[in-house]
Amino acid sequence: MNIVVCVKHVPDATADRKFESDNTVDREGVDGLLSELDEYAVEQALQLREKRSDEEISVTALTVGPAKAADAVRKALQMGADKGVHVSDDAIAGSDYLGTSLVLAKAIEKIGSEQKVDLVVFGMASTDASGGVVPAMVAERLGLPQVTLASVIESQGDQVRIKRDGDTATEVIGATLPIVLSVTDQSGEARYPSFKGIMAAKKKPVESYSLSDLGVEASEVGAEAAYSAVEEATARPPRTAGEIVTDEDGSGATALAEFLASKKFI
Amino acid sequence: MSASSTAALPSALSSGVVFTGTPERDALREAAAAFTRREVAPHLDAWEDAGALPRELHRAAAKAGLIGVGFAEEVGGDGGTLVDSLTVTEGIFDGGGSGGLIASLFTHGIALPHIAAAGHTPAGADLVDRFVRPTLAGELIGSLAITEPDGGSDVASIRTTAVRDGDHYVVNGAKTFITSGTRADFVTTAVRTGGSFEPGKGHGGVSLLVVEAGTPGFTVDRKLEKLGWHCSDTAQLSYVDVRVPVANLVGEEGSGFVQIAQQFVVERLGLAVQGYAAAARALALAATYASERQTFGKPLATRQVIRHKLVEMRRQVEVARTYTHAVAARHDAGEQVIAEACLAKETAVKTAEHVCHEAVQIFGGAGYMRGSEVERHYRDVRLLGIGGGANEVLADLSARLLGYAG
Ligand SMILES: Cc1cc2nc3c(=O)[nH]c(=O)nc-3n(C[C@H](O)[C@H](O)[C@H](O)COP(=O)(O)OP(=O)(O)OC[C@H]3O[C@@H](n4cnc5c(N)ncnc54)[C@H](O)[C@@H]3O)c2cc1C
Repeated sequence: MNIVVCVKHVPDATADRKFESDNTVDREGVDGLLSELDEYAVEQALQLREKRSDEEISVTALTVGPAKAADAVRKALQMGADKGVHVSDDAIAGSDYLGTSLVLAKAIEKIGSEQKVDLVVFGMASTDASGGVVPAMVAERLGLPQVTLASVIESQGDQVRIKRDGDTATEVIGATLPIVLSVTDQSGEARYPSFKGIMAAKKKPVESYSLSDLGVEASEVGAEAAYSAVEEATARPPRTAGEIVTDEDGSGATALAEFLASKKFI
Repeated sequence: MSASSTAALPSALSSGVVFTGTPERDALREAAAAFTRREVAPHLDAWEDAGALPRELHRAAAKAGLIGVGFAEEVGGDGGTLVDSLTVTEGIFDGGGSGGLIASLFTHGIALPHIAAAGHTPAGADLVDRFVRPTLAGELIGSLAITEPDGGSDVASIRTTAVRDGDHYVVNGAKTFITSGTRADFVTTAVRTGGSFEPGKGHGGVSLLVVEAGTPGFTVDRKLEKLGWHCSDTAQLSYVDVRVPVANLVGEEGSGFVQIAQQFVVERLGLAVQGYAAAARALALAATYASERQTFGKPLATRQVIRHKLVEMRRQVEVARTYTHAVAARHDAGEQVIAEACLAKETAVKTAEHVCHEAVQIFGGAGYMRGSEVERHYRDVRLLGIGGGANEVLADLSARLLGYAG
C-alpha cells in the first residue's frame, strides 16, 4: 500500500507574524514548522502502517512550499515516514487553494506513476490559513472519493471506515480505497520524533520537483492565477487591559452577566 | 505568575540563548521540549507537591524515545553520544522542566551505566537483561546508592559491608540522600567487600551490587524533605542482613571504586548542563518579564541597571554552555577530560546560582512566591554545587590533576 501524507510548513504561531508587501504571509522571514494539524495526519498514516504490519506499506510526506518547507517533510520523516517529496518553484508563491490543490494533485499523480497511491491523508486544515478545503479540491482533481474530518480510522483490506463527529450527530462512513482522507485533532496525539527516528531521517530519500517536472504551467498557479487575493492585512491590535468586575456586595454575578450580554456573548 | 502560565512563555530558544547544534540535535532538543510542554509542564506543580513523579511518566518518556538516548542499542538504548543526551536535558528545561524532574526521571543515568558497561560477560549480560533493558523501556526505576550518613565526598570510605556467604552476599549498612530511592525497583549499591574505611585503605575493597526492592532486610527508612528538587523523591535506605545473589555483582569484585570514578565525567557534565540550562530558562523568563512589567511608567527592561543584569546573565550562560559542550565533545572523542569536567561543572554552578538569583530579583516579590518558575529554579540549582562532587572536592581534585597541588 502506498500512502501519501500532505504536510504544510506554516509560520510558528507563537512567533511574530509578518506579511509581504502583497499582503501574503511572509514565509521566509518567520520561523516555521510542520503544521500541528498535519502532525495528526502523519500519525494516522504511521499507525496504519504499524497496524497492518503484515503488508508492505510506504508512507510518503509531500509538501509544496519554499526552500524552508523542507523542514516539514523532515519532521514527518523523523516521526517515521519513509520518504519525502518537496515541490518548490518561485512561480507557486501566492497561490490560492485552487493553485495549491493543483500542484498537490499533480505531485500525487507523479508519485502514483511509480507506484499506485492508495490513500492520501491530510490534516483537517492548516494552522495558518485554516481553509480546510484543500483535501476536497485534491480529491476532486484526482477523481477520488473524499472522506473528511475523521476522528477514528479503521481499515481492512481495501475497506476504510471512519468516524466523523458532527455537532448534532456522529457519522460512520465507509469507503473503498483509493480515497482522500482528512483527519481531525481528535484522532490521537501525534508521536514525538525519537532520537532514533531523527538519525534515521538523515538517510531517507527526499525528491524535489519543480512545476515543469509536474507538467504544470507557471501561469496556472501563483498570485496571478489566484481567484482570490488578500486586499488588506492588519496586525491584531495589542491586547487591552480588559474589564474587571468587582464583587463586594454580591452584585458581581449580575454585573458579569450584563457585561457578557452587552457584548452579545449571552 | 503561576508555573502553568510561564510554561507557555517563549522558550529559552526563542527569547535568549540559542542552543543551536546540528539539525539533528536541534530536532532532538525540540522533541524533548515538546514532550515537556505537553506531558510535564502542566503537572509539574502537582508533582512537586506530591514529592515524587508518577511511574507513568517514565513509560511516556521511554515511548517518546528520551530515556534511552546515550545508551547503546545493544543494551536497549537508542544510541547517541554524551552531547546527544545533554541536548535532551537542554530541551527539557526549554520546555519548562526542572532540575528535580531531570534528577528523578533520569536517575537511570547514574544507576545504569556501570551495569551497561559490564554487560560483555554472560553474567553481565544477564544483569543488562534484568535491569538495563526494562529501565530504558520505562518499566523499572533504578537508583544509585553510594552516599552514607557518615559521608559522601569520600567514596572510598564507605562502611556498608557485603560479606560472601555461599551464592550470596550478606549486606549491612545504610545509604542516604538517594535519588528516586523511595520508588526504586532496584538500587545499584556501593558496598565494601574488602579493605577498610580508614583513609588510604578503602579503594580496592569497594564493589557494586544490585539490590532489588522487596529483598528481606532492605527497606526505605525515610523519605527526606529537601530545599529543592521537590518532585524528586530522596530516600534513606537501610540494609539489615540483606541476602543478595552473587549474580547481582556488577563487574569484578573490588572494582567498584574504579567503575564509579569512570562515570564521574558523565555525571558532572550532566550536572553542568542542568546548571546552564536552568539558567537559560530563568534568563528567558526574566527577560520576558522585564519587557512586560512596568514600574514608574516604563517597562523594567528600559532601565539600564536591569538590562545590564540581563546581558551579564546571558554572558554567563553562553560561556558555561559553550565550554560544557566543548568538554563533552572531547569526552565523546575519547579524550580524558576529568579536570575539564570539574571546571565545566564549577562554571555552570556559578552561572546557575548567579542567574537564578538575578532572575528572582527581576521578578521582585513574584519571584519569591511559590509557583513562580524562577523561584523553583532558584531552589533547585542550590544542589548542583553539592551533588556529583561538591565544589571544594572538585576544586581540590582539579588542583592535583592540573599540577597546582604543590
Ligand atoms: C538532593 C540530593 C540528591 C542526592 N542523590 C544521591 C544519589 O542518588 N546517590 C548518592 O549516592 N548520593 C546522592 N547524594 C549525595 C551527594 O552525592 C553528597 O551529598 C555529596 O557527595 C557530598 O557528600 P556529603 O553530603 O556527605 O558531604 P561531605 O562529604 O560531608 O562534605 C561536606 C562539605 O565539606 C566539603 N569537603 C569535603 N571534603 C573536603 C575536603 N577534603 N577539603 C575541603 N572541603 C571538603 C564538601 O565540599 C562539602 O561542602 C544526593 C545529595 C542530595 C543533596
